[in-house]
Amino acid sequence: MSEPVSLLIGLAMGLNLLALATSRMPSLIRIVAAQGVALGLVPVLMADQASWLAALVAAVTVLLKGIVIPNLLRRAMRAVKIDREIEPFIGFVPSLLLGAAGTIAAVGCTRLVPLLPEHAGTLLVPGALASVFTGFILLIGRVKAISQVCGYLILENGIYLFGLLLIRSTPLLVESGILLDLTVAVFVIGIIMDRIQRAFDSLDTRKLTVLRE
Amino acid sequence: MRGDLLIMVPLAGALVAAAWPSDRTRPWLLPAAGLVHTALALWLLARPPAVAPGAWLGFDPLARAVLPVVSLLFLVCAAYAVPYLRMRAERRNRVFVASLLAVLGLLSAAHQARHLGLLWVTTEALTIATVPLLHFNGTPRAFEATWKYLLIGGTGIALSLLGTFCMSYAYVCGGGGGDLAFATLMAHGPALSRPWVLMAWVLLLAGYGTKMGLAPMHTWKPDAYGEAPAIVGAVLAGCVTTVAFAAILRVRAVVAAAGAGAATDRTLLVIGLCSMAAAAVFLLGTRDFKRMLAYSSVEQMGVLACGAALGRAGVWAALFHVWSNSLTKGSLFLSSGTIRRAAGARTVDQVSGMQVVAPRSAAIFVAGLFAITACPPFGPFFSQLRVLRAAFETGHGAVAALFLACALFAFFGATRLVFAIVDGRPKAEARRAAGRPLESAGVVVPPLLLLGLSLWLGVATPEVLRQAWTAAVEQLSPAP
Repeated sequence: MSEPVSLLIGLAMGLNLLALATSRMPSLIRIVAAQGVALGLVPVLMADQASWLAALVAAVTVLLKGIVIPNLLRRAMRAVKIDREIEPFIGFVPSLLLGAAGTIAAVGCTRLVPLLPEHAGTLLVPGALASVFTGFILLIGRVKAISQVCGYLILENGIYLFGLLLIRSTPLLVESGILLDLTVAVFVIGIIMDRIQRAFDSLDTRKLTVLRE
Repeated sequence: MRGDLLIMVPLAGALVAAAWPSDRTRPWLLPAAGLVHTALALWLLARPPAVAPGAWLGFDPLARAVLPVVSLLFLVCAAYAVPYLRMRAERRNRVFVASLLAVLGLLSAAHQARHLGLLWVTTEALTIATVPLLHFNGTPRAFEATWKYLLIGGTGIALSLLGTFCMSYAYVCGGGGGDLAFATLMAHGPALSRPWVLMAWVLLLAGYGTKMGLAPMHTWKPDAYGEAPAIVGAVLAGCVTTVAFAAILRVRAVVAAAGAGAATDRTLLVIGLCSMAAAAVFLLGTRDFKRMLAYSSVEQMGVLACGAALGRAGVWAALFHVWSNSLTKGSLFLSSGTIRRAAGARTVDQVSGMQVVAPRSAAIFVAGLFAITACPPFGPFFSQLRVLRAAFETGHGAVAALFLACALFAFFGATRLVFAIVDGRPKAEARRAAGRPLESAGVVVPPLLLLGLSLWLGVATPEVLRQAWTAAVEQLSPAP
């Protein structure tokens, strides 16, 4: 595993913590976009020799995670004219502490599971686990729909990072899975948000409480 | 080869529906495609084709044991959809019909997927295809239900992808190539890396369990079933959940081949009993009869999870229960749709006297209630009895006791609610509706047919089905 790859994954792990700490929605979207671009570059650097397949995966990932989806999210944010402050359900400091603890636990856990020699000592598994954990904190701990979608994206970034472990053995699975999941989920979530906004005039999921026991 | 037709016919139907010009005649595509699909599925049930061992898609014994009931239920729902969509002429049905047909195609693909990755892709597509069905009504409440379905379902799907990757890595660590065909994984079971297999099991159970609606991942279910049209509720509860259950069965077989079968049985038992208990508690509290159906579905999923954990006899009983639950739940959903339209409301505070306003549907609803709460002589009684017997045979007396207690409380909760809406004097608003032609043959015959099938399944289980379930058990846990 080369130095730049570890650097990029380390950057992504730092961005996780930043995403938990930020209180402004535009900066949260920017953080998610930056993480997507950083992770999109990883397969190119991981390949032993330049392959057009790795380049294609990287190009599509960077385009989707770095440009298309953040733009969709910004458009949704402008369209509903919501307050740009993020309202936390779990406060910023507690979620940051949780995230930091999760990152440390992820590094610790990685020692316990068996890894192939070429993956031992890399940041792929801890980075993946930390991102999945961060995504969960954002999904549970944030109130507005857009911040929840950002949480979902970080969760997906973690899964993508884990999938890179398998890019040599089953590249087809990794690629088809990620692209389908990514495009479709966010597309549909985007459309739904558009409709939710018409129905509720707010993206506050706390108001989605008509249906309960 | 003919197994592929099960996928191709509905998907082609979906394309035709998307291009079909007339809203009035488009719904007829549903029963047409459903009929072809059912005929094919029953033909394949009677004459199972040989499946190439390495094939990623194939009508294998497990698909043979489950897919025909999905097909039957879909056909009846499709027949109900024609009069239903005529009543709802104010809403465009292009997207609805096309999505429903796509769902049928994807259901067939997911049941026939013999590869963990392919299974994931089809389940993901299935989730997306059901979204337009859920917000067909277009009300703010329907949007709320769809949002929750998508967020919770999306997270479940993401977890199952992570579990799929873990399984692949378990194989790679064990010296394999990472190929995820179930047959390959089972053959290499002992070589799989144990920690990764267990991680994969937890994640896949959480992911597919969310799709199936096992507690505590069931929270989307009451909202989705409550707000969606009755046909969609029936298709979700009777068809889509079977895909997730079959997925859990297939994954469990792999984990058991890797030597961790005891751990899977324990987790399945705990989660199954949790689902039954949670459903019983909510059934005692809910005041809405469509949400009641959702909690009842959570209970049935708990029965399936328990059955899957109780050895070969338990899996056999669970496959039986898949059939009896799907048919009975379909009849309940379809008759509840008519009652809902007749009453104009859904809670016991607003609805009463349905035996006067909609007598036929109310009668079917009450009979269906007794069927689903495991009263003889309907299918669910016999299938739950077999689950119980499997529990005693494997020495799980405490499980059987808890199982019975939960079933009893669920029965109290459901009967309380159903008789509150059926008995009494109709409310003023519903009395006005009583003059309208509510109960045409088109909306009464389909649920009655399903109820009859459930009864037939109970009193005279066809030999071909018994053989199909035995063959599926043989595929999942080969005799040593």
